[in-house]
Parts: sequence; structure tokens; C-alpha cells
Amino acid sequence: MASLGKIARRTFMFGGLALAGGVAFGWWKYSTPYGNPLVEGLAEGEVTLNPFVMISPKGVTIVAPRAEMGQGVHTTLAAMVAEEMDLDLSAVTVVHGPASAAYFNAAILAEGVPFQPIDTGWLAETLRDAMGVPAKFLGLQITGGSSSTIDAFDKMRLAGAAARAALVQAAAQRLGVDAKALKTEGGAIVAPDGTRLSYTELAAEAGKVKLSSAVTLKPQSEWKVLGKAQPRVDMMGKVTGTAIYTADLRLPGMRYATARTNPNLEAAMNSYDAAEALAMPGVEKVVPVPGGVAVVANSTWVAMQAAQAITFDWAKASYPADSAAISQVLADSFTAERQDSRNRNDGDVDAVLTGDVFEAAYSVPYLAHATMETQTAAAWLHDGALTIWVGNQIPTQAAIEAAAIAGLPLEKVKIEIQQMGGGFGRRLEMDVIRQIATLVLAMEGAPVLLTWTREEDMTHDAYRPAALARFRGKVAEGGAVAFDLKTCSSGVIQSQVGRLGYSVPGPDSSIVQGAWDQPYGFANYRVTGYRAPPMVPVGSWRSVGSSQNTFFHETAVDELAHLAGVDPITFRLAHLTHEPSRKVLQAVAEMSDWGNVAPNRARGVAFCVSFGVCSAQVIEVEDGPSGLRMTGAWAAVDVGIALDPGIIEAQVMGAMVYGLSAAVRGEITLAEGQVQQATFWDYEPLRMPQMPQIEVRILEDLPHIRGIGEPGTPPAAPALGNAIFALTGKRLRDLPFANSVRFA
Amino acid sequence: MPITLTVNGTSQTLDLPDAMPLLWALREGLNLTGTKFGCGIASCGACTVHLNGEAVRSCQVALSDAAGADVVTIEGLGTPAALHAVQAAWNAGQVAQCGYCQSGQIMQAAGLLAVTPDPTDAEIDAAMEGNLCRCGTYPRIRAAIKDAAVRLKGV
Repeated sequence: MASLGKIARRTFMFGGLALAGGVAFGWWKYSTPYGNPLVEGLAEGEVTLNPFVMISPKGVTIVAPRAEMGQGVHTTLAAMVAEEMDLDLSAVTVVHGPASAAYFNAAILAEGVPFQPIDTGWLAETLRDAMGVPAKFLGLQITGGSSSTIDAFDKMRLAGAAARAALVQAAAQRLGVDAKALKTEGGAIVAPDGTRLSYTELAAEAGKVKLSSAVTLKPQSEWKVLGKAQPRVDMMGKVTGTAIYTADLRLPGMRYATARTNPNLEAAMNSYDAAEALAMPGVEKVVPVPGGVAVVANSTWVAMQAAQAITFDWAKASYPADSAAISQVLADSFTAERQDSRNRNDGDVDAVLTGDVFEAAYSVPYLAHATMETQTAAAWLHDGALTIWVGNQIPTQAAIEAAAIAGLPLEKVKIEIQQMGGGFGRRLEMDVIRQIATLVLAMEGAPVLLTWTREEDMTHDAYRPAALARFRGKVAEGGAVAFDLKTCSSGVIQSQVGRLGYSVPGPDSSIVQGAWDQPYGFANYRVTGYRAPPMVPVGSWRSVGSSQNTFFHETAVDELAHLAGVDPITFRLAHLTHEPSRKVLQAVAEMSDWGNVAPNRARGVAFCVSFGVCSAQVIEVEDGPSGLRMTGAWAAVDVGIALDPGIIEAQVMGAMVYGLSAAVRGEITLAEGQVQQATFWDYEPLRMPQMPQIEVRILEDLPHIRGIGEPGTPPAAPALGNAIFALTGKRLRDLPFANSVRFA
Repeated sequence: MPITLTVNGTSQTLDLPDAMPLLWALREGLNLTGTKFGCGIASCGACTVHLNGEAVRSCQVALSDAAGADVVTIEGLGTPAALHAVQAAWNAGQVAQCGYCQSGQIMQAAGLLAVTPDPTDAEIDAAMEGNLCRCGTYPRIRAAIKDAAVRLKGV
């Protein structure tokens, strides 16, 4: 086993597993290394009780220091604090707050430990717990890996409880009564004689309270806010068009810009000719930025028109020039030299895989994130200080990079995190941060808003890697006796962390994520990861390695079930002893009335453990005159503790649509070093008529809380592929399916 | 030449290029930022507004072609204090996730219900096909449109 330090470094971008158990020590002591970043910037009369709670005469503000990209994280994190403070969620203001190491994410590191997600043994949990220590001292504020609720679950409830305790103590002092005699409700302290003191009037005194003993958390049985679907704190703004995203900011004297950079990804710009662009009315200047130029004008539209009028001499990309050549590199990477990990090697696969062996090969393409809001950032550099407004998932890193580019000390750089028009992993990247920090240096004190075109966004992503798998398996007496999966891609962690300037020792856990860590009990079970050389820049795409590996693994399981002549759900249940995993499969069987299918329709199932969540889906397809059509979709997930069932349901539905969009039509291809898809016409997600209704069931049998942003995506593609096989007898082993069958 | 049009009931005169898409005139000329840029080529529907009562992609309407027109944006449909029935249904159904496409979705749905007060599933699908949502809110959008149809009848 690798040393702790090594694991911490190699996995520090990725997470998703829980820190076990409660926090037995005072929360405020835990936060001491980084202090309270809210102390600076308080409004007149405003008090901060800890890094998550501010109180002013106007009311209580809760800091939810994770990026809101649609997953409802601001609502759920605020609910944790509100619960312990006995506040109604509608009575508080929720903000992202400043970029600060005080908001480190401890749970993000735990996913990379070499234990199955369902392994809750002493050693696995101890190592996961230990991951919180490097996270604290690295001070990484990061949203990703379905880790936000896991990381916050103790921390933010303790923040709420500590704030409540300080308010109670302040009231006790003022009223001269024992704190134990005081109750809290509806944002006020209530004394035995009925006297009510509101939190807002006690704020100043509470800010001076030094808590002497550890606070205790409410038992789950007393929850009033958590565990119930809450109206989202961002909903009203989003249905009235008043929610502010980065591109909606307006500052006095603001200029509008767009960027055009080398479509040969990560290659340099040799030269450019902007004469025609600069002659266009409204164009102010053209500024070199990393990889290309930014055009500044008096409107975004003019800037976008002008950017098209610039001619460039681009350097060539360093990776193979087209998709076929890239596939060949992947195919050639199944070698001993390129073997990256073999985390699972149960029994003796080689001894069993003789004679009548089933073999199959699978492939998936590169995928773009394609957020609805293109990459966008605003900045203003004046009086020696830089402020950047942006939707980004690692604000502490963004601040470091911007400060270095602007030549400013870190304390002179402020990152204001905005609501994001979709994230899905795309906004972990620093490309737009580097562009805006470079551009703003040329703005002579004027604020500037940089908005990418759709075409720039689609062709300059950190893509989900293209990947190949080779499978060999064997069945006997209705069950699998050997399962040997080899999976190969470039390393996402290597690529992504490399762009941040770090090197990554040890295996790249993204390559086998979702492949080796599944709870099946095949007697002879081996999963080997092969690391292809870095090619096209790759990044975290909703569910990361599970996005390809669950497709490989669950298609292979389905093939074995068919070979064995056993119903696919019965077959899976026969090889699963992990009770929560069995229950999600049984749930989708029951919800879909699995055995009872209308004529001309068929169903497929897939299951995985992803970021610690047990996730099963059934999809039904129908063959019609204009092609295949999905006619039903059912999903069951076990998240341990469901903090907000409404948001969890939405996340599962959305993650499933995201996975199905990729499964049906999603494909990024390359020719002459450049991405060939540039718009929603050639990289077209599913539209409403293609999506059936989705029924979701939430289970809570896991012993720990889990995050739900990603686990709904991985089973979608294999469930659909397995349904198509059940309907047509045609086994589709390459994504996207629309290259092989026609969809209505 | 300045162009005059009515936006959310107010006459506006804009001194902007004739060819500038209505989308950008709204967003940067009038700072009505509820209407979103998603693609610029009518493939996503995020910029949907009502032009003379009809749901259109504002990225495809040149400002000069909107001269004299009556334009309604999401800000003019309703406000937090006085929601339009479609917005109320969206809020009740907790439809939005990232929210970026939802102004367009709501304007498209309001346009549908104005001419088809009792839409079938097929009519909803057909009307909403041009509006992409990467968060996958489609099932809740469908339910909210049906809820909005009921609310509109009650008005």
C-alpha cells in the first residue's frame, strides 16, 4: 500500500467518499488554522459567529462555500446550519462567501483510497478519515466528487450548533438566567417567562461569547428542516430571470470581450492578423491571452463578430491528429509497460479462463461538458487590487493563479464565485481564469466581461477521455465464474492536476474508477487499468471514470447473464451480497414491474456503486416506425441519509438525462488536430421529446451519508444498451449508440 | 439610426447597430439580463422572448427587424411579487437546477399555453423541442406546464 502522503497527493483532486463518524471535538478549534475569513468585509452592525454564520440587524446570512451549479448545494448546506439554529430556511440569506482555505473540502480526497466504496471496515475508514488532514492543510476549497454534503454534514451542522450556543449564552447573560433554561425557535431565544430575544438583537453580544465546551448536534429524529424537500433558495430568482450569473454583471464603464484560442488544443499561437477586426466599429483592442487572443469591444456581439475576422497562424497539436490515430494509441496501450493498476485480483482468473471463454471489446468517445452557460468571467483591476467574478469550482486555486499572472500579492485578489449555468466538472478548469487575469492587465482600470462563444466552448474543453475496454469472462451453471476487465484511457488526474502545475505519482485512480470497486462477488475477478499517454486534454466529466467504466462493466455483466441464460436482475442479485446494493436493484425491479413488459418493448438494467452511492436504473425502449424510442425510466439510489429528497430526485433525473444524452448521440471527434463538433447541432443533447418520464426512489440503508451529483449518470448508458439488446438482439459495444441504430 | 420598440410595455429607443441581434440589445443595451446567450444560432432556446406575442429566438432577430415590435422578456412576464402562472408553476414544481435555460423554457411554455391552453403531451414535446436543458429538468418542465395550464384556467 502506498504511504499516506503519496495517496494524498495522487488523489487530491477527487473525492466522494465519506469521512466516517462524528467530530468529537469543538468545531471552532478545528477551523483555527485558517481563522474566519468573514471578519474582514463585515457590514456596519454585522457580526460573524464563525466562518459559516453572519448576523446583522437585517437577519442571518449563511455561507454555503461550495459552487452552486444547479445541484442545489446552497439549499442543502444552508439547511444544515438552519436546522441547528432552529431557523426556517426562508428566513435566511445564503451566499457563497469568499474564497478561503477555511472552506477546505476534506471529503474530496477520500475517493482515491484503495478500498471499495462499500468497505466500511476499520482500515478503510481510518484511511478515509486521514484524508481530511491533508485537505485541511492544503486548504483546498473545491466543489466536486459528489463530496459537498459529505464534507459539510458535520462541519456545517456544528457551525449552526455553535452559533446557536453562542446566541443562547448571550441571552443567558443578558437575562441573568441559566442557558439550559432557554429554548430557540423561529430565529429567537425564548426564556421560561416567555421573553423573546431575536438573534439579530443578540448578535453583537453573541460575537463576544467564548464557548467553553463542545456543542452537541440534534438527533436526526428532531430534524425539522433536514430530511424534507425544501423550496430551493435560488428558485425564485431562476424563474423570474433575476438570478445573476457572471455574464449578467454590469459595472460602470464595463467593456465586453470574447476569446479565440488555438483549436489545436494546448498548442501555441504563432501569429495573428487583427487588422480587419480592429477596423470594425465598436472594436477597441485585441489582447494576446494564453493560447490566442481576446477581442475587446463595446458589446459582446461586436467582439464575437470581430474575433471571427481575425486570421491566425496556429501551432500544431502534440497529440495524434485524428480520432482513428487516437484509438490506435489506446489500442496499443494494453501492455505490461502501460499497466497502471490492478486493484482487484480475486481468485485465479487465468486458471479459469480457458476453453470456452467469452470475449468482447468496448469503446467510448471523448465527450464535451457543454454547459448551457459558456465559459465566462468578469474582472476589474483598479487601485492595486483585482476582483474576478466567475463560476469556478476551485476558487482558492483561481486566486493563486490570478495573483501570479497579475503580479499581485494574494490578499489583493478577490474571487467572487457566481451562480453557474451548469458545471458537470467543466469549471474545475483554470483556462478562463488565466485569460481574464491576462486580459484585465490591458484594460487600464476598466472592468471587462469575457464571454466565450458556443463554438469556442465546445472546441476548447477538458474532455471526458476516449476509452477502450477488453473483456473476457466465463459462465457455468447459471453464474459467472470469471470476470476479467481491462480498461484503458489517458489519466484524468494526470491531465487535470498537470494543468494546475502538479505532478502525480502513483496510479491514476480515474482510469479504473467504477471498474475495480464494484461489490460483485465473482470468485475469479480481475480489473486492470492501462494508462494511455496524454493526448487531448481530459478532465472531470460528471462521474469521471465511472462514466466509461460502468458502461464497460455493466454491459459485460449483462453479456454474461445472457450467456448463462439468466434474467439480468436475477443474475446480478446472485452475485451481490452487499445488502444496500441488492435493495436498489430490487427497487427498480419493483418500480418498473420488471417482468411485465408491453409487446414491442423491452427493458435493460444497470447497477453500480458510484461515489459510494448504490445506483440502479431500468430503461425501457420501443421499436417504432421512425426508430427506437425510450418509453420508461426508473432509478433507485441509496444515499445513506437523504437530506433533501426533492433535490436528490432532481439530481438523479438530471444525471440520468446527462448520461443518456451521451449514450445516444454524444461524441467528440478530431480531425487535423481539431475538435469537429462546435455547436448543439453537431453535439446535440437529448431534447424533451426523446426523454420519457423518470421515476426515482431514494433508499437510506447505507451506514453513511453520500453525495448525489454524479451517481445517477453511470448506469444510464449500459441500461439503455442492455435494453436495446433485449429488444433487438443487437449488442451495442461502442458509444454513442446512434452510430449503430436509429433513434426516433 | 436609433430604433424604437416596446419592451415589457415601455417604449425604448436604442442607438445600436441595425444588425445587432435583439438578444444583445436586450442584454447589453437595456441590461435586461434574464434573457440568456446559449449558442447564437437558435439551437438551444435560452434566448427565447415573445415578439408580438410569439415565442422567438432573440439571437435570430436583428434589432432593425424588431423596430416597432412589442417585445416581452422574462422580466416582463412576471415578477417575484407577481408571478405569471407559468412562473408560479415552475416555482411550485421546483423545476430549475442551474437555471440558465429556464427563462427561455418559461417564455416558450407561456407562448405555447397562450395559443394551446390545454396541451397534450405530444403538443408539449413539440413546442418545447427547441429548448435544451443540460441539467435534464425535462420531466419537471412537463409537469409544470400541465400545472400552469390548470392555473391559467383558474384565472
